[in-house]
Amino acid sequence: MVGASAQRAVAREGDNQLVVEGVSKRFGGVTAVQDVSLEVPRGGIVSIIGPNGAGKTSLLNMISGFYKPDTGRVVLEGQDITQKKPSDVAALGIARTFQNIALFSGLTVLDNLMLGRHVRMKAGVLSSVIYWGMAQKEDIAHREAVEEIIEFLKLQDLRKQPTSALAYGLRKRVELGRALAAEPKVLLLDEPMGGMNQDEKEDMARYVLDVNQERGVTVVLIEHDMGVVMDISDKVVVLDRGRRIAVGTPEEVQRNPQVIEAYLGKSKGGGGA
Amino acid sequence: MSEDLEFAFALVLSGASIGLMYSLIALGFVLVYKATDAINFAQGEFVMLAGLIVVTALGFEAPLIAAVVVVVLAMIGFSFGLEKVVLRPLLGRPVVAVIMATIGVAAVLRGWGPLIFGIETRNLPLPIGDEPIAIGPASLPPIQVVGAAVALLFFVVFNWFFKKSRMGVAMRAVADNQQVAQAMGINVERYFALAWAMAGIVSALGGVVWGSMLGVDVQLALVGLKVFPVVILGGLDSIGGALVGGLIIGIVESLAAGYLDPYVGGGTKDFAPYVLMILVLMVRPYGIFGRRQIERV
Repeated sequence: MVGASAQRAVAREGDNQLVVEGVSKRFGGVTAVQDVSLEVPRGGIVSIIGPNGAGKTSLLNMISGFYKPDTGRVVLEGQDITQKKPSDVAALGIARTFQNIALFSGLTVLDNLMLGRHVRMKAGVLSSVIYWGMAQKEDIAHREAVEEIIEFLKLQDLRKQPTSALAYGLRKRVELGRALAAEPKVLLLDEPMGGMNQDEKEDMARYVLDVNQERGVTVVLIEHDMGVVMDISDKVVVLDRGRRIAVGTPEEVQRNPQVIEAYLGKSKGGGGA
Repeated sequence: MSEDLEFAFALVLSGASIGLMYSLIALGFVLVYKATDAINFAQGEFVMLAGLIVVTALGFEAPLIAAVVVVVLAMIGFSFGLEKVVLRPLLGRPVVAVIMATIGVAAVLRGWGPLIFGIETRNLPLPIGDEPIAIGPASLPPIQVVGAAVALLFFVVFNWFFKKSRMGVAMRAVADNQQVAQAMGINVERYFALAWAMAGIVSALGGVVWGSMLGVDVQLALVGLKVFPVVILGGLDSIGGALVGGLIIGIVESLAAGYLDPYVGGGTKDFAPYVLMILVLMVRPYGIFGRRQIERV
């Protein structure tokens, strides 16, 4: 807890853990993201909002290595990760969840969470065959870490359930758990509350805050529920048609006329694609 | 037991043992499809190549165990190389590209195999004698018992691997969703290579038992044709399905040969599996255990 509050203090001093510098991505003739920059302070919660098709998920995909930006770069703790493979980005400490729940459906909750720890597993293919004991010992440590997450997210009764059998809200929670199992530095959440009812949303918002404050994980969040976004974010970035149109505290963003226009569509001010 | 029943028992027993040997080869196909979504039309040729390597090694007076080790290593190396050189560049291309590539590999193997290793049919003797082994009222040639045992052993091992081992679970994750597996830090390409290497091991042992039973020449590749009814019956991506599908195909073949051949003059065993395959495609296109999934384009 002390560590978490210390990290918060650092955040206020303007230490950016993750920096996205002017990235653009085109698919054929469509520009999904154009010259978008993003500074994510260590220990902060940054929300990305914007209408559908604004390029939010594309931006997240560029951070996690699934898309290579046409221009610009992504920097994690001073290291350029723009061209890295998704699996390497994960190993460097960026975990994510997906907009459409992407659990491994044939596997149990426990297996899914254990897979989340894959990046933390040191014993490689050969060594685990040759020196079985080491892998076994490591497995116990991983299992303990996963148990701690199970407790944190109150998934105790679901360990052996196949994830396909779970209710929607629970699946979202398991996916959060799987991302946490990697002990990430930065957690990217793509609509963690999408499709949830009010109770589930409140639970999830609580978990996200706990993850951020108790575990000191930096969070980047895409979310449509403005109530939640304004409640929990330190900083809000607004995208519209691939461009960043506003950035600031929740209060600043809410008062921004461009943002209001993007959401309510008063008059089209040029630049359509 | 009446004579009729004994006859039926003998047919089922023989069919089951041959069926397990089909399963072994189908297993190589399923492993690759499950992990990488690639349909390997060269599975039969893999088995042929393995048979050719074993008889060649034995021809150099190598002891059987050494020949088996050689063929396992050679087939791992071959599948590994094939994945890296031929299939890796096709990653992300339409599935037809991979299918055509494996058909091409199959043709090359069928052509070059005899060119390099000779065209004559060669025996692959295993030190197990020819004395039939009695099982209940029937008996089986020893090679079928050995083949069935090898197949069962592989199924036990792979079942453990995919259910309990960390690598096996990771491989299932790769099979389920490559993108998400990557987000977990799983190096998908490494698991592709591993799947092909495992198919190589299975093919190597398949080559030994099938080569021993049929003799080794280019015809050995035809065993691969039986893979299709087996995996379509069992489900392209199901390891248990390969086992059950193999058993069903083997038993159907054997029953057809026993009961239908006397009336029509023979040959029913060769097409009965495909009739069954067509029926299954009409009723359950994803197989008995396959994932019920509609390909979205």
